[in-house]
Order: sequence, then structure tokens, then C-alpha cells
Amino acid sequence: MSRDSGRTPPRSAWFWPVLAGSLSLAALFLVLPVVAVLTDTGPGRLLSRLTDDASLQALRLSLETSAIAIALIVAVGTPAAYLLAMRRFPGRAIVITIVELPLVLPPAVAGLGLLAALGPHGFLGGALARVHVGLVLRTAGVVVALAFVASPFYLRQAQIAFAGLDRTLLEAARTLGASPARTFMRVALPLAGPGLLAGVGVAWARALGEFGATLLFAGSLPGVTQTAPLAIYGRLATDFDGALALAALLLCVSAGLLAAIKLVGRADAAG
Amino acid sequence: MLRADLRLARGGLDLDVSLELARGTLALAGPSGAGKTTILRILCGLERPDRATVAWDDEVWSDTDAGVHLAVERRPVGVVFQHYALFPHLSARENVAFGIPGEGGRAGQARRRERAERLLGRMGLDADAAGRRPGELSGGERQRVALARALARAPRLLLLDEPLAALDASTRSRASRALLDALREARVPCLLVTHDFGEAVLLADEVAVLEGGRIAQRGPAARLSAAPASAFVADFSGANVLHGEARPGEAGLTRVALDGGGELLSPDSARGRVAASVLPWEIALEPTSAGHVGSARNRLRARVTDVTRLGNRVRVGLALPQPLVAEVTAAGAAGVALSVGDPVLATFKATATRLIQT
Repeated sequence: MSRDSGRTPPRSAWFWPVLAGSLSLAALFLVLPVVAVLTDTGPGRLLSRLTDDASLQALRLSLETSAIAIALIVAVGTPAAYLLAMRRFPGRAIVITIVELPLVLPPAVAGLGLLAALGPHGFLGGALARVHVGLVLRTAGVVVALAFVASPFYLRQAQIAFAGLDRTLLEAARTLGASPARTFMRVALPLAGPGLLAGVGVAWARALGEFGATLLFAGSLPGVTQTAPLAIYGRLATDFDGALALAALLLCVSAGLLAAIKLVGRADAAG
Repeated sequence: MLRADLRLARGGLDLDVSLELARGTLALAGPSGAGKTTILRILCGLERPDRATVAWDDEVWSDTDAGVHLAVERRPVGVVFQHYALFPHLSARENVAFGIPGEGGRAGQARRRERAERLLGRMGLDADAAGRRPGELSGGERQRVALARALARAPRLLLLDEPLAALDASTRSRASRALLDALREARVPCLLVTHDFGEAVLLADEVAVLEGGRIAQRGPAARLSAAPASAFVADFSGANVLHGEARPGEAGLTRVALDGGGELLSPDSARGRVAASVLPWEIALEPTSAGHVGSARNRLRARVTDVTRLGNRVRVGLALPQPLVAEVTAAGAAGVALSVGDPVLATFKATATRLIQT
């Protein structure tokens, strides 16, 4: 006994180094491409791209379409998530599965599905054409594709945020004369605010990076449907440096956007 | 006047309760899980019972047979929730203003704000406290905000769910005093739910004891503890409450001169009007001729008014002249003459005596 305790280290001495090693490996692997994009480009070239019309056009299109898509997702998704979080109704589990389906759908399949549903030969295509709405090869089509792939991220987060509310507060509002609608506006929304903003963050990030569904459904027309990720891909074969520079730009813009959303959320929670 | 007839079976709960309340405060008392909170929830419309009629005068709020269910927000009922349920993102003033009806716009807002501050002021909260959020208020202050908020809509009925349970012992006596004053001033019929019989006695004019989903007995607290209708009520309506005037005594003890005569000691510090509570099984009975034996510091002369045998226990109603109930074993009662009208000595320890400032 005494011989053993003098010689062998504690039995779990290997455990913590393994955890630390795993974390280091994961962090290194995940940060490597990001560092590569930024260092390969260099600030000089990054700035020069800011005056490159084609890059700016793609970036602006990305920001505009994703902003519109997020606005639509928030406008429709917030009340929908509130209903899912607050009420138990028959078929609720099926509805939840349906709205979360795009999470596991390959983007290419999503694009194809949108084409089959809303394209000129799709089963709603005729109806859309009659009211003169065209989506394929149009900017509106990009918005539809982005909204489709990004909405489950927001819906899920918003549902969690609403489900986490203290029900008694909502009941108290009702006893104070507030209708269900006023209770939603004055109590549920402000209290779920930080959670909803987090949902906006992940959904927006997903929309900014969207590639496959946009390409298949809306195409890659410069200035019309060619968002930043599509422009990067389009340039890859002929102008690797240009692709890298645009990639670095998109990276900075996305990171800045997410940081801004987090800051707003924190100010909200503190104020 | 409130008339309610409720029936609800859910999980292990089986409620069948009829209630009438015209004025004053009625405490609905019972152990936890007895369905007290559910009754409040049915009355304010948050819970739909299996069968119920709830009406205020001839205005029907719920009638399950006729399919009537007035929406929660349309019932003239103010509710104080157990943990107060104050909106954490609003200031105390905004919490109170939330319930005040009125038109929007700047003028309406200013008017609501002013009324909210007046209500808070009446509860002893100044403009500084009114501007703070619930997280920055003490437990007692939160309770007063919750009460002001519940009264803001000028309700016809006030429902309070364990109003003192969320407070710690050191603030409870002062908060209960504030609550009592507020209830008296508001003059709104009030139904109060509590698991603590002493609290019910202190705050309510009448107590209804809930046992197994039914009201076992309803009446003034003194009658319940002196003449309980069942062993359950006897156990539950344990605490005696004696009123008197407190002043600091020797050795850190407080001396209470009881109304109508008699004096007792307690280690709790208090001054002025107090309610002293002591549990019946803490009280021993001795013949008046007995000399000073035992360590009990409180020795009160009383007269027997009532003797109830409950199995091997004997419940003895006494007059100090304030009513006091003692519960002794049959063996413990044997050495004392216990017929109505007999004089006895009721003794209990100072440490068994709790004081509540009133």
C-alpha cells in the first residue's frame, strides 16, 4: 500500500489533460480557416475590394435580402412560436416537426423543393404567374430561399424563449385587465426579448451564409440573385484572390452583425 | 356579494366547495395541496372547473351548465399572487399603472402614472421606491406593490394567495400589519388563502378550513379553535392568539399585558399592540392551588368554558377572559378539575410564545 501511494499519480490524472487536449484540437480546427482567409487577404487587399463594384454589389444584395428575410421570419415566426409554446393542441408535435424540417434538409434539396412548389412549372407556379409574381431568377426568390432555410432557427429559439417565461406573469397581466394580445405585447415580448434576439442572430447568420437553396431556386445572376456566397463561388475558378478577399469581407460583416445583436441584447437585459 | 359553487376533480384533487362572501375578509385555510389556490384560480377565471357557478350579485362570471365563462380580464377581481408576480421589466409605478384602465396618449399616461403613485404612496412607498424595479425592492415593498397593483382597477373582490409566505420572519410581522391596514382601508371583500392558521386569525374576520376538498368548518377563528367540528379542524386551528400591549421587560424578554387581564412573557422583541400566539399543546393545566412548580414562566388564571374529548386527548376551552385553548392528554387532565366554570392555571414557556406586531 505505502509503496503504491508513493509512486503512482492519482488515478484520474490523465482525464483532465484529455479534455483540455480535445478542446484545443476543436478550437484550432474551427479557427484555422477563418485565420487563413483573413491573413491570406491582408488589410490592403481587403480595403481595395471595398471599392470593387462587383464585390460590393454582391455584399449589398446579401445584406438586403437577408434583412428582408429576417424581417419576414420575425413578423410571422414570433406569433407562431408563441402559440407553439403556450398551447397544447392536437397535432402540435407534427407541426413542430414540420417547421423544424428545413434544419435537416440538405440546402440543395430545399432549393429543388422550392422550385417544384413555386417555380414556373411548380404546383403553385401557375397561380403566382396569374398575379404576376415571379420568383425564379428574381431577387424576391432569394428572399424566399433565405426565409425557408433560416426560419426554423428563429422559430426554435423563439419557442424556447416563450416557453421559459414565468406563466404567472402572463396570468397576472390577464387579472389586471390585459387582453391576451396586450399580454403578449406588454409582458411576453419584452421578457422574451433577449431569447428572441439570440434567435435573430442564428437565423441571420444562417441566411447570410446560404448557398445551395439560393443557387437552385433563384440562380446566380450578378446584381439580381448573386449573393456574396454565390459570388465567392463564381469567382473561385478565375480569381482566387478576389474570392478570398470577398470571403474575408463577408466574414467581417457577419461577425460585426452578430456582435451588434449580442450587444443590443445585453443592453436590453441590463437596462 | 360573491356566490360560488365549484366542483373540480383533477389528479389527486377533488374539490366541492360553496362560498358566499359579502364583506370583510374570509381566510381559506388548509394544508398545502388542499386546493386553496385552485379555488382562487377558478374565481378569477384562470382555471376552468368541471362544474361551477360563480356570480357577483346577479352578474354571472361562470356557469358551466349554461356555457358562460367571463374572460379573466373582464372580471372585476384583483389578485395578489403568492410570489407577487410583479413584472420584472417594469418599475413599481409601471407595474401599478399596468392595471389602471384609461385611454392612451400622453394625457392618459400622465393620469395613470399619477394615480399609480398615489396608490403606492398610500402603501407607504415614496416616489423613489416607485421608480425602482421589483428586483431592487425588499420583500415587504414588493408585497405592497403587488397589493397596490391589485387594487388599481378598483376591483369588487380581492384574492390573496399566501400573502405573507414569500417574506422572511423578520419582515413578516411588519408586513402583516401593513397588509391589515391596507385591507381595512380598501374596504373590498377579500378572500385570502393561507396554510398558516395563525395568519388567518390575524388577517381575517372569518376562517373557513378546507379539508379534503370540502369546507370542514367556517366561522370566527376563536370558535373554530374552541369548538372544532372535526379532529382535523382541531389540529389545524392550533394556534391561540391573544391580544395585548407589549413593552420591554427584564432579561431581554418582552412583557405583554393582555387585554382583559393577565400578563405573559416572550423572547420576541416587540413594542405596542401585539398578537401573541401559542399552540394548545404547549399549554399545561394546573389547579389554582398549586405552588410554583416546573419551569414555565407564563402562568395565567383562567376559567374552563368548554371541554371536548378527542380520543386520548382533551381539548379545553378557557377564558382569560380572552379565549384560549389548551390541549392535554387524558392523563394530564386527570389531576385537574375540568368542568365548565372551574378555575385553572394555564402554564406555558416564554419560548413557546410568538409575538406579532399588530
